[in-house]
Amino acid sequence: MDWHRIRSDFPILDQQVNGHPLVYLDSAASSQKPRPVIQTLAHYYERDNANVHRALHELSNRATEAFEAVRGKAARFIGAASEDEIIFTRGTTEGINLVANTWGTANLRPGDVILVTGMEHHSNLIPWQMLAQRTGATLKYIPVLDDGTLDDEAIEALLNEQVKLFAFVHISNSLGTINPAKELIAKAKAVGAVTLLDGAQSAGHMPIQVQDLGCDFFVFSGHKMCGPTGIGVLYGRMALLETMPPWHGGGEMILSVTMEGSTYKAPPHRFEAGTPNIAGVIGLGAAIDYLQAIGLEHIQRHDHNLANYAVQRMSEVPGIRILGPQNGHRGALAAFHLDFAHPHDLVEFANSHGVAMRGGHHCTQPLMKRFKVPGTTRASFYFYNTLEEINRLVEVLLLARKFFT
Amino acid sequence: MLSDDLRDLYQQVILDHSRNPRNNGELPPPCLHAHGDNPSCGDEIDVWVRVSDKGDIEDLKFTGQGCAISQASASMMTQKIKGKSKDEAAAVREDFRRVVMGDGVPANEDALGELILLEGVQKFPQRVKCAMLAWRALEQALEGK
Repeated sequence: MDWHRIRSDFPILDQQVNGHPLVYLDSAASSQKPRPVIQTLAHYYERDNANVHRALHELSNRATEAFEAVRGKAARFIGAASEDEIIFTRGTTEGINLVANTWGTANLRPGDVILVTGMEHHSNLIPWQMLAQRTGATLKYIPVLDDGTLDDEAIEALLNEQVKLFAFVHISNSLGTINPAKELIAKAKAVGAVTLLDGAQSAGHMPIQVQDLGCDFFVFSGHKMCGPTGIGVLYGRMALLETMPPWHGGGEMILSVTMEGSTYKAPPHRFEAGTPNIAGVIGLGAAIDYLQAIGLEHIQRHDHNLANYAVQRMSEVPGIRILGPQNGHRGALAAFHLDFAHPHDLVEFANSHGVAMRGGHHCTQPLMKRFKVPGTTRASFYFYNTLEEINRLVEVLLLARKFFT
Repeated sequence: MLSDDLRDLYQQVILDHSRNPRNNGELPPPCLHAHGDNPSCGDEIDVWVRVSDKGDIEDLKFTGQGCAISQASASMMTQKIKGKSKDEAAAVREDFRRVVMGDGVPANEDALGELILLEGVQKFPQRVKCAMLAWRALEQALEGK
């Protein structure tokens, strides 16, 4: 693969920040957008913009056609059985809240257990805490071991028939851990639990086949995989979606309405009240096309090379502690703690050298407590990053050491 | 090459305070206490204050963890405020707030002393809350909130 040519598809990367070439290492928070995605958005607004569905005029037809075509693209992108299993959301967070508020509220009873892990992003924790509070269900979690992987013994002990839902992260945004999703889902199915896989950090970074994984729900965000912000996907197995009550009420999701009551559309439209994020969906479609043209296997391999090179090079910095798996099996990120600088001071220092990173708890406060760090600094990568940029990161970390000690 | 703004933000005196915080620890009761934190970044400061019957701050100490700015500001605050009356402390806090906010009013350098070194924060608006964390906790402790 000609990664340098691919990198040139991202106009934003070609700029100076604080007098230095930009080194963007914050893609786990939000990825950059390639020209085809930006052009698709511009084209939509310049040529096709109109509300979808209902209208019969030309622009609305074009917008509707482009919008609905993405449902099929997204279904193929994650290996869903049908495009009707694709619900457009604002992002991963909204997808999880949708499941909690529909399937969760309808199915959970006091005594039931919701199982998560100790490495969940707050978005895959708080909705379940709220659901547990509403329904009287109990929330339990699988602890994380020192090496950043899940405690297998605890899984055996906790994953029993009481568990009605097992929701867990595919790739941890704080540790980089790649959880053995297929294996965990099989175990959950064996005890009759419904499963939700949080794909915020895995979608767009590796091939996803939800039918092969066997999960009931899969959620991801567009903006972390070259798409626009404010758009994401909830995949749900049709057998479950059909049984779920709506969440938001409004236009688009009804069959008939009287003042006394209403009947609802079948999935996915039952769950898409109101005018959707049309441009966002169309932009997401362009992002999917772009990623698939490169090939998810190639992106996965490149991710792997970047992450391992980063861990190897960063280990040269005295006083560094890199969290997460050290065995070479990690997603495209490395979060670390330095004994000479607080994450915010380091991020400020790096920024003054053109290096964009994120410091703090990364929306995983329980995990920070577990590893006894107030926060970490995270360098996260995507296929447009280069080994030279990782060299530059290490150079800046060594400069920071000189500056702060 | 380091930018001048960054050098101003992290002057040696500030780094020294963050590495070797003065008046670090807890005061035994009876005393006033408040906890302050910045939920968005996780910085935490606990302030303990002993106030005399006349309203003078006889002693104050702090513990905490966080960035160099929040910890240095707390350390410098304890040195500056010790021995002042509650009203004097409030006046210093207001002078200091103006300096880090960079509101354009000339700084009261005599009253602030070493604290004026944190002036560099005004170029980094996101760090104002770091510099003010200990001062908010002190205010809460004195007001008994």
